[in-house]
Amino acid sequence: MVTIYDGKPGLSRRELLKRGGIGALLVISGSAVISPENAWGLETSALKPETMATLIQMARDIYPHDQVPDKYYAIAVKGHDEQAGKDAAYKTMIEDGIADLDKKSGEGGYRGLGWEEQRVAVLQQIEATPFFQSIRGGLVVSLYNQQEVWPIFGYEGESYSKGGYIARGFDDIEWL
Amino acid sequence: MAASFDLKNDNVVVIIGSGAGGGTLGNELAQKGVDVVILEAGARHEYEDFINDEWGSFSQLAWTDKRTTSGDWRVSKDFPNLPAWIVKSVGGSTTHWAGASLRFQEHEFKTLSTYGKVEGANLLDWPVTLAEMEPYYAKAEAKMGVTGTNNWPRLPGNNNFKVLKAGADKLGYKECHTGNMAINSVERDDRNSCQQTGFCFQGCKWGAKWSTLYTEIPKGEATGHLEVRPNAMAIKINHDAAGKVTGVVYADKDGKLQEQKARVVAVAGNSIESPRLLLNSESAKFPHGLANSSGQVGKNYMRHTTGSVYAIFDRPVHMYRGTTMAGIIRDEARHDPSRGFVGGYEFETLSLGLPFMAAFLNPGGWGRSFTTALDHYDHMAGLWIVGEDMPRAENRITLHKDEKDAHGMPIADVHFDDHPNDTAMRNHAYKQATALYDAVGATRSFPTPPYPSTHNLGTNRMSEKAEDGVVNQHGQAHDIKNLFVSDGSQFTTGAAENPTLTIVSLAIRQAEYIASQMSAKTI
Ligand SMILES: Cc1cc2nc3c(=O)[nH]c(=O)nc-3n(C[C@H](O)[C@H](O)[C@H](O)COP(=O)(O)OP(=O)(O)OC[C@H]3O[C@@H](n4cnc5c(N)ncnc54)[C@H](O)[C@@H]3O)c2cc1C
Ligand code: SF4
Repeated sequence: MVTIYDGKPGLSRRELLKRGGIGALLVISGSAVISPENAWGLETSALKPETMATLIQMARDIYPHDQVPDKYYAIAVKGHDEQAGKDAAYKTMIEDGIADLDKKSGEGGYRGLGWEEQRVAVLQQIEATPFFQSIRGGLVVSLYNQQEVWPIFGYEGESYSKGGYIARGFDDIEWL
Repeated sequence: MAASFDLKNDNVVVIIGSGAGGGTLGNELAQKGVDVVILEAGARHEYEDFINDEWGSFSQLAWTDKRTTSGDWRVSKDFPNLPAWIVKSVGGSTTHWAGASLRFQEHEFKTLSTYGKVEGANLLDWPVTLAEMEPYYAKAEAKMGVTGTNNWPRLPGNNNFKVLKAGADKLGYKECHTGNMAINSVERDDRNSCQQTGFCFQGCKWGAKWSTLYTEIPKGEATGHLEVRPNAMAIKINHDAAGKVTGVVYADKDGKLQEQKARVVAVAGNSIESPRLLLNSESAKFPHGLANSSGQVGKNYMRHTTGSVYAIFDRPVHMYRGTTMAGIIRDEARHDPSRGFVGGYEFETLSLGLPFMAAFLNPGGWGRSFTTALDHYDHMAGLWIVGEDMPRAENRITLHKDEKDAHGMPIADVHFDDHPNDTAMRNHAYKQATALYDAVGATRSFPTPPYPSTHNLGTNRMSEKAEDGVVNQHGQAHDIKNLFVSDGSQFTTGAAENPTLTIVSLAIRQAEYIASQMSAKTI
């Protein structure tokens, strides 16, 4: 099971801060990946928490949106932990895939590479692997299908309950 | 009240599929007092049940049973098990469709005589002309409430249309308007007018857009002559020693096999399932499948030459507000070989929500080039290209050699290679559309590859001569008198226009023919 703690009703911000170090981007603590700055944490059960932290970084490098917080990338990849819990072969594919990514990235591993370009160069080497394809293929749905991210892109989603757009700007373009 | 017929009743017309073709044929026959059973593989969801959410709606309505693909089309690489985006639900793809309803042009019924022989293409003239179709087009437009006909006003233009129109004016295109849409622009037929919700592809929750689900089907049921049996997947059509069809074997909602006896069978499962069913109905008498003495069943699969162009502007557009297909440019629909291809194409506005845009803008794409496009989603405008593609014998539906579905029926493989004419047309359209958006100040454009096929055509084609095709000018099998094809698979060629108005018109015409042949006791 993966739990995303997001302020209430999971861990409080104080508890998160206690568990993680202040200032770090993503902190691994026990079986959890924690973002102390943003008060959320994600507990893994099948995958190593380090693996999950790398998956989150990898997700951001595949679909980088600087205005989208890490939390949504974490939600987008948490399904891999659930899947790994049910399917040993799947778990091996993910763990091996991440290990390979780290190996190709040199001493500090994938997350140790400071620039996105450096990490993307490593991803390009594994682009054709089933590992990369399953991460990317899942992500294109699990990231963009979160209603919470839609407003960040200016997509308004469901509109029937609001009476459609007939009185809400379907033809409000002014600059033409 | 909806009828309920006995399985052994062999006086009924059994229709397979309840979409544009099957739903219309069912109602038209019921109105004439003919008893009809429609077998529909999907479940029945009424329009209140529709979901304003792209993936949510897709799982509710789309046909997701496994299919395989082959050929050089990009869909085969990006969506190997989803060659087509069509529906498995009562109402068929008329739940998902956008509503664009255009008549074919005269020459599009006569492509072989007009274009001449095109290498690598299996062109043929239809055994029907525009003049013969006109009265049926008029009936279909009246039935469906097509805007811009019968004095119904066109829909108001949304933001996406206004961008299109501004570009069309700059390029000098003359025929640009908000289309001929089977969407109520005023309340009529006891249905709402369009509220510009922008989820036309997800099923119209207002019922403003025509769908057989809440027009033809309840009207047919009200006569007491129509029964729609949902969750009934037809597997095989049976015949007698004389070669007449006698009934349809189907898997019911519990997966149990049943046989509905029939006086006449009409196949309307859309252009992948219809040939699949005919091929799967092979027997000692018909070893290559039913109605297949010509060998044409499953061949000449067409999907229209399509593609999209999305463009980003420095100011907001909000293209997703309002009707999904909100306007059209028709100037390129003419046949003008000086452009480097035969046939023509239409531009129609199109919008996808963020989830589908991510999936379809550049399937497989990733990294900043891809994501910076989505970053400006609310500054995007978009259009869809729909043009005539070339029928080719090699583009075809076949039964998979090994893989079977839950009922033990071989799954369909869809093979498609682009003809050079398709590629030339698509490239021309990409160039024109990019220029159009540039003229309005686009800062970046995206020539977007074709989606899984929404228009599936041609796999049981109509022909004058029995050796050239599967059915005659009434959709009646050349080989078997009481077997009909009633969907887009009868199309001899595809034309530039969206197919549904023609499917509906053919179904109205076919209903007259079937009823008259039944009373004359020839079937
Ligand atoms: C997103 C989208 C947008 C579109 N927009 C337009 C548009 O603007 N204009 C236009 O003209 N067209 C449009 N189309 C195409 C239009 O929907 C189809 O052309 C039309 O619905 C096809 O009619 P049909 O009767 O051949 O098949 P369908 O409407 O697909 O109906 C076939 C039915 O048969 C059922 N079936 C299949 N096999 C079996 C079986 N073995 N047993 C029982 N039932 C079976 C299916 O479940 C389905 O319900 C669009 C399609 C999509 C998906
Ligand atoms: S935009 Fe109009 S036709 Fe489309 S779903 Fe909304 S109300 Fe229906």
